[in-house]
Amino acid sequence: MSLVTEIDYGTPAVTSDKTVTLNIDGFDVTVPEGTSVMRASMEAGIQIPKLCATDMVDAFGSCRLCLVEIEGRRGTPSSCTTPAADGMVVRTQNDRLKKLRRGVMELYISDHPLDCLTCAANGDCELQDMAGAVGLRDVRYGYEGENHVKSRQNGEENPRYMLKDESNPYFTYDPSKCIVCSRCVRACEEVQGTFALTIEGRGFESRVSPGMHEDFLSSECVSCGACVQACPTATLQEKSVIEIGQPEHSVVTTCAYCGVGCSFKAEMRGDELVRMVPYKDGKANRGHSCVKGRFAYGYASHKDRILNPMIRENINDPWREVSWEEALSYTANKFRSLQEQYGKDSIGGITSSRCTNEETFLVQKLIRAGFGNNNVDTCARVCHSPTGYGLKTTFGTSAGTQDFDSVEHTDVVILIGANPTDGHPVFASRLKKRLRAGAQLIVIDPRRIDLVRSPHIQAAAHLPLRPGSNVAVLTALAHVIVTESLFDEAFIREKCDWSEFEDWATFVADAKNSPEEIEKISGVPADEMRKAARIFATGGNGAIYYGLGVTEHSQGSTTVMAIANLAMATGNIGRPGVGVNPLRGQNNVQGSCDMGSFPHELPGYRHISDDGARDIFEKLWSVKLNDEPGLRIPNMLDAAVDGTFRGIYIQGEDILQSDPDTKHVAAGLAAMECVVVHDLFLNETANYAHVFLPGSTFLEKDGTFTNAERRINRVRKVMAPKNGYADWEVTQNLARAMGLNWNYTHPSQVMDEIAATTPSFAGVNYDLLEREGSIQWPCNEKAPLGTPVMHIDGFVRGKGKFVVTEYVATDEKTGPRFPLLLTTGRILSQYNVGAQTRRTQNSVWHEEDLLEIHPHDAEQRGIRDGDWIRLVSRSGETTLRTKITDRVSPGVVYTTFHHPGTQANVITTDFTDWATNCPEYKVTAVQVSSSNGPSEWQVEYDEQAKQARRILPTINAAE
Amino acid sequence: MSLSVTTEEMSVRVGAIVDACAELEGPLLPILHDVQKEFGFVPQPALQIIAGRLNLSRAEVHGVASFYHDFREKHPGRHVLKICRAEACQSMGADRVADHARRTLNVDWHETTNDDAITLEPVYCLGLCACAPAALMDDKLVGRVDEDRLDTLIAEARS
Repeated sequence: MSLVTEIDYGTPAVTSDKTVTLNIDGFDVTVPEGTSVMRASMEAGIQIPKLCATDMVDAFGSCRLCLVEIEGRRGTPSSCTTPAADGMVVRTQNDRLKKLRRGVMELYISDHPLDCLTCAANGDCELQDMAGAVGLRDVRYGYEGENHVKSRQNGEENPRYMLKDESNPYFTYDPSKCIVCSRCVRACEEVQGTFALTIEGRGFESRVSPGMHEDFLSSECVSCGACVQACPTATLQEKSVIEIGQPEHSVVTTCAYCGVGCSFKAEMRGDELVRMVPYKDGKANRGHSCVKGRFAYGYASHKDRILNPMIRENINDPWREVSWEEALSYTANKFRSLQEQYGKDSIGGITSSRCTNEETFLVQKLIRAGFGNNNVDTCARVCHSPTGYGLKTTFGTSAGTQDFDSVEHTDVVILIGANPTDGHPVFASRLKKRLRAGAQLIVIDPRRIDLVRSPHIQAAAHLPLRPGSNVAVLTALAHVIVTESLFDEAFIREKCDWSEFEDWATFVADAKNSPEEIEKISGVPADEMRKAARIFATGGNGAIYYGLGVTEHSQGSTTVMAIANLAMATGNIGRPGVGVNPLRGQNNVQGSCDMGSFPHELPGYRHISDDGARDIFEKLWSVKLNDEPGLRIPNMLDAAVDGTFRGIYIQGEDILQSDPDTKHVAAGLAAMECVVVHDLFLNETANYAHVFLPGSTFLEKDGTFTNAERRINRVRKVMAPKNGYADWEVTQNLARAMGLNWNYTHPSQVMDEIAATTPSFAGVNYDLLEREGSIQWPCNEKAPLGTPVMHIDGFVRGKGKFVVTEYVATDEKTGPRFPLLLTTGRILSQYNVGAQTRRTQNSVWHEEDLLEIHPHDAEQRGIRDGDWIRLVSRSGETTLRTKITDRVSPGVVYTTFHHPGTQANVITTDFTDWATNCPEYKVTAVQVSSSNGPSEWQVEYDEQAKQARRILPTINAAE
Repeated sequence: MSLSVTTEEMSVRVGAIVDACAELEGPLLPILHDVQKEFGFVPQPALQIIAGRLNLSRAEVHGVASFYHDFREKHPGRHVLKICRAEACQSMGADRVADHARRTLNVDWHETTNDDAITLEPVYCLGLCACAPAALMDDKLVGRVDEDRLDTLIAEARS
């Protein structure tokens, strides 16, 4: 193994139909028109010295190192800013150029420290490389004059010297090493789109400044790492590299945070992870990253991680560490005896959206083939199950229609119920880049998210709807499109069922669905809805992106179908730049759904009652499968309370914190006889567990994740599992303990089994993934290299189906006792229930969940910013602190759920999506009042959690 | 024109300037000029307001404002005296005149006299090389400046 090095072409790739041929140092090179001479030269294998150029950002032309001679042109133009032209004859190296470059380098080095041997970037410094490349042998100027390098000069303090900024937890800014190439500033602007950096001052006084001469932490910086990546010197440097040293080998793998699925190089020294560097060939992220994927991996080696299996008879007992054999045979015996006593269906399991496809496949296989029932569900139940249902009904596949590259061809975006700058930051950066280039954005969200307005981004329309009125608003948009004849008749006639369209059109055209009527329900001004509908229908390629603000409602599935209707009606399906794009929450939630994690579906979304599909598995597994759907998570908990469901195997999900109505979840878990939690940490659910099986991180195993664009990305093992076994091995060992004859030696064999049984994965195997980097399913005979854009030649189900989307208000209503609506969301630095990110330094950005409340509502209640408040719903109450902001409308309050102490899900109700049981997290009627401290439940809960986490000290034989 | 401006007042006055320039292409520089005219300098809080109104980041506005020496961060004296220090003026004795000014006023570059009358600033070429050394008192160009003429200028400013 060695370091995966990526070629830096100096300037970004250009796409053009026309090519030009030029001659560089005697070699002919053909490149797309518009390509820089620098890039053309690199493509010919000739590297022109450079400092301010890098291919993640546009050419700048400031370092004067990349000068070349071009026949017939005067002087020595910079190759990064000069476009290649037909017939051009370029010299990259001769005496004149050598002399010029040495002169430039000499000036750079005259104001740069010469501590290369002890510098953190030693071995990874472009300045050092370039000094070598131009043959710099001498610096004639000395350091007696003004400089930025020395802290003291001639016995006095040097006013130009600035101390290192160490405020960011993950990287340092050392101004003394800066060569003011502006790469960091441009990366922040062009790649990340935050514009947090600038060059302040001018001339010799020029410096990189975060914000207005602030430190990095208090500036607008979101710590995405793009600047660190762009820096050619040690000026911006990962603290981990400063501490450990340069990595010596690296492995390309996939981030285990959100559904964007960024590719990273895990750069290692031995088995120590030095840093994660975004991989430019990663097709989801194209070389970009966010604070979570790039920096927040410290949880993998956190002291809280449990590395030994543990069991206990009773949840009030302390944990007892045992051997793997004991833990697994204990579990197997317990499960089998429960089944003997209470019936086959008395146990079940939950697959994880954080584990690999292969692991998920094995868990559902264990349940279907080993437990002999279909009591398998997954956390997608509580997030994107309505996406599966809605898109399957309308289009025929339970997944988004596009790849992320598609956004580069989009002209109008509708963003509904998603906050990408926090939840899917790398996608947000790509979207923002397109918006800065002129695309329009329509935001449908109760809250004024950053994409409504932030530097260089201004939404064309923001519809701040009342939580729960998604369906009404989307139907009102459709009303405008239909009544103003803005629909794409040719598309609909060709690809959709015309008579269903007519039914639907009649329904949406009804006056009760007009924006004027819907304004009364949603609170959104009718004019704004009309404007938004017209922009979307007439603005060119229209794409809809959505998140959990769509699905986590009692009408989640209806909203997904309303979105599909809108896309079909405007002909925005089946080509780049359009489509319906669910932004998946977790790294492998798409994959876990694909892998048959739902009680009614076999891998590939085939219903369990489908004899043909069942037959494939029955033959391969030599078992008889139950043809009746099993229990969903809420049903399992209900059944547990009723006493019929007695045992559960939960892999990598914390249902106690993430599922709604915490008290009910707690009661369900407490009623079971054998709760097996397979996780990295003693999570909240483990408080009620009898067996704890330690899990492995994404760094410790091979496998694949499938991201929001259906892209199957490889996860590669970079270190041995600290707990001894990868998760797929643990599941296999449990299956063996239960008497199943499983003999997988590598996850690739599981993928082969998936391919053999699942048509949309038929062509997938590890060799192909190795060759192509990643593959978007469906991948089969018809599409051997996968399918970036779906439904190109018609819908998978045949004709696109328009579904009438009658608005039915949720039963959760405000009233005198609960006059406010609570909705929930996420924040950039934390992820989901926070089990990982809370165990990293990301907490400096968000150490507690806050309740956002409008100044008007706060004043009425006498609440000041930062006050402790009591948040009460019909289900329960909790306490947290407030943040007063007009981001939320009057009548709406908002919080995140990253911290277990907040207990946001004590508040949420047990209302769910009518089709899929996806909980209605996004609408809860609440009241807010002043408070002195934690609620009774929080106190009790804390106490219980503390008791439940006790581990008996292991007896050391030597003592 | 008061030195202590409340946040709200600042917001109103800067807001009005931004509104007046909103239609311009590239409004940031004209806005900064007008803000300096309004307050005598460019107060830090004004930059934040401008950034918010123009939908720019704080960093960007700071980058522009700090690039131009003429945008001041602090309130200047009642008058601003600029002495040219470029090559032509230096060759005609500008350094001598400048030393004299610093001694007489008892200030260094960019500082303001104790009586708040004069702020001394360097400038690099006023385009008056033919009459070097040159100086600028507020908006008034003065050529062939020597110690005597400088003393007169200072006396006038203080009167």
